[in-house]
Amino acid sequence: MRKFLLSTLAAGLLAAATPALANEGPEIEKQAWSWQGVFGQYDKAQLRRGWQVFHDICSNCHSMKLVAYRNLSYLGFSDDEVKDFAAEKQVTDGPNDQGDMFQRPARPSDHFVPPFPNDQAARVANNGALPPDLSLMAKARNGGPDYVYAILTGFEDTPPAGHVVPDGMYYNKAFGGGNIGMPPPISDDAVTYADGTKATKEQIAKDVVSFLNWTAEPELDQRKSLGIKVIGFLIVLTAMFYALKRKIWADLH
Amino acid sequence: MAETSTTPQATPPEGETRRDFLLYATTAVGVAGTAMAVWPFIHSMNPAADTLAMSTTEVDISSIAEGQAVTVTWRGKPVFIRHRTAAEIEAAKATAVSELRDPETDDIRVKKPEWLIVVGICTHLGCVPLGQKPADPKGEFGGWFCPCHGSQYDTSGRIRKGPAPKNLAVPNYTFLTDTSIRIG
Amino acid sequence: MSGYKFDNKVVQWVDDRLPLFSVLKHSTTDYPTPRNLNYWWNFGSLALMVLVIMILTGIFLVMNYTPHTSMAFNSVERIMRDVNYGWLIRYLHANGASMFFIVVYIHIFRGLYYGSYKAPREMLWWLGLVIYLLMMATAFMGYVLPWGQMSFWGATVITNLFSAFPVVGDYIVTLLWGGFSVDNPTLNRFFSLHYLLPFLIFAVVFLHLVALHTVKSSNPLGIEMKGPQDAIPFHPYYTIKDLFGVGLFLIFFLSFVFFAPNFFGDPDNYIPANPLVTPAHIKPEWYYLPFYAILRSFTFDLPFLPAKLQGVLAMFSAIIILFFLPWIDSSKVRSAKFRPIFKQVFWIFVANALVLGYVGGQPPEGNLPMIGQISTAVYFLFFPFLFLLGKIEKPRALPQSISAAVLKDAAHSTEKA
Repeated sequence: MRKFLLSTLAAGLLAAATPALANEGPEIEKQAWSWQGVFGQYDKAQLRRGWQVFHDICSNCHSMKLVAYRNLSYLGFSDDEVKDFAAEKQVTDGPNDQGDMFQRPARPSDHFVPPFPNDQAARVANNGALPPDLSLMAKARNGGPDYVYAILTGFEDTPPAGHVVPDGMYYNKAFGGGNIGMPPPISDDAVTYADGTKATKEQIAKDVVSFLNWTAEPELDQRKSLGIKVIGFLIVLTAMFYALKRKIWADLH
Repeated sequence: MAETSTTPQATPPEGETRRDFLLYATTAVGVAGTAMAVWPFIHSMNPAADTLAMSTTEVDISSIAEGQAVTVTWRGKPVFIRHRTAAEIEAAKATAVSELRDPETDDIRVKKPEWLIVVGICTHLGCVPLGQKPADPKGEFGGWFCPCHGSQYDTSGRIRKGPAPKNLAVPNYTFLTDTSIRIG
Repeated sequence: MSGYKFDNKVVQWVDDRLPLFSVLKHSTTDYPTPRNLNYWWNFGSLALMVLVIMILTGIFLVMNYTPHTSMAFNSVERIMRDVNYGWLIRYLHANGASMFFIVVYIHIFRGLYYGSYKAPREMLWWLGLVIYLLMMATAFMGYVLPWGQMSFWGATVITNLFSAFPVVGDYIVTLLWGGFSVDNPTLNRFFSLHYLLPFLIFAVVFLHLVALHTVKSSNPLGIEMKGPQDAIPFHPYYTIKDLFGVGLFLIFFLSFVFFAPNFFGDPDNYIPANPLVTPAHIKPEWYYLPFYAILRSFTFDLPFLPAKLQGVLAMFSAIIILFFLPWIDSSKVRSAKFRPIFKQVFWIFVANALVLGYVGGQPPEGNLPMIGQISTAVYFLFFPFLFLLGKIEKPRALPQSISAAVLKDAAHSTEKA
């Protein structure tokens, strides 16, 4: 038993050490998020602010093709507000009876209309760099939302001495290699929040990262609340199994 | 010492009822848990969120001339939109409700009398009736004729002859403008 | 076998025509099981349960999955976002795969420690290894299906391994791919086989259980049951103990599903596959890491035996050698409980496997390649060492029988109390 525990301890230490060593980039600072922990849930007011940031700033370059306009009603928007968000963008539909493709305003059932018709057009508009789709960004990077927050707040005007930043790139201390193709997207008061919250750079970053975590994990609230009920139920059932086991085995001892 | 028992002996009555209670209680909780675990799998087979979202279709009816009919797709099904002539409207209104297998007046089946909008699926066994195109057989009542088993519908889409039990279904629809409708 | 008389007339009627209930009674209420099994014996039933969960969740996933390169990734995301409880079914399946390997590794290491592979259980051991190999193939193909970056590049690296074989290597790889690189034909055939293999596993599990019932369970003392005083009926003693184990396991499993569903996964797999961009660090899922480390340990080309081929052969040998374990281990004593040197060597083997796993998950930089090579050597040296050990080790005295040992333990614990 002791040897087993020692081995498991060794394994655990190795496992804990592994992620840190796997990061060749700089250490990522951990942030506090409303949805963290067993009882964590999204703050919908924050998600609405984050949507505003994505809508006003990020969506000019980044697509988010896995999210549909109708998903926004989870954030607390009314059906009409959702319809209006959708109708801001045009979608190619058809062919019509004349055999032509035509443009129509997007509907709630449509997915977010990307800013560029295809990857090549996106590259042309962004110095050859392809702004990645953001639907899953909070799950698609080591460090998750902490990493995305670090990137958004990691831009620095002056890179460290001796560090070369090629033309068309920007220095970001959180990005592997230090040179990122994206210009600093946010700064203090880059948006004016509809709910009046003070829009510091950190607040904006927090809000949009929360929104990005929701787009990557829209099921989180339901997943955690169901999880609590399921684990609770299982603890009760397992205790009953144990009591029954002791009862049945009692006459053997 | 050979007294060690290898088969469970009958325990004294009080111990037995207690163990039985624990057994029944545990079984009940276990069965309840299993049932709760089965539900998500069954529910995953119900229409998904994106399927539910595709439940409306908008149609521009301005190009449908009087006497013409158009078929559109709504929720994967054909919907007949017929721009009725005065004669067709008159015939629909003149029918005595008592003659109908599925009694419905024409008034309750249309919002504007010149526009008849019905789901183009025969209420017998699901074929798509003929009658949309000018050359199609329309049956004796000027509406639609189902080639599968001979059901005949009138100019209000009501069943008049043949095996179908019900009138062609009227879906929910609204006139967004005079020339466009939204179905569903 | 169907000579049982049942009180219930309906049960009797069925049983006269298909001995369902007789077989059930024979293998549960009448089946003698050692009375001294400890909780390490729960892991077989847990493995069967996980297999059933994987098949069930897999079937429901397939109802919404599209096995085409242009739609696979998005179909999985649709399951996660739009299908009712789709996220739950997906996370059950993905985390279930990791659970399957955790449970099976513990089950295997139990077998190693207690000598369960020794006569007369050699067939049981082999069938288990066949199940393990089928599991590895199934999991590999399953991981390709979401068509993320790791799906694609993991498939590319592993299928490319077969090109190491001389003369036929490239033909084999082209045959596996169905083309000139991992692409849609590869995805489609992996989908077909991934659906098929679990049912093969199920069949081999059935054989595994038949083999078990032929020789009966071993036990922590490693001495055979000698009579009814050593045994208890499987039902109700081990059915309830197994159910308790199931409860504990489900709490462990579902904690990950609900609260850390991406713990075992790789973030790169949330990026759609891109044949033109290789991820910085390609690595397989954790349950392959020790073998990945063995594969990468061979870096020195030999005449007629390039390093790549050495690595591939070593990787396969690492599992094949286990088939010969019943004869490699020459000791007459089964359980490590009575083999003090073997016990130490066993734990060194376990620690070494963990080191191999760690090395497999890291980029091959710094000291790690050398550590990997030493660990690979230790892995393979374990076997000849076992052969010698059996001949020279002096085991502890075995108890007379299982019941004697049980009674002695009971007496000791009452003394202490």
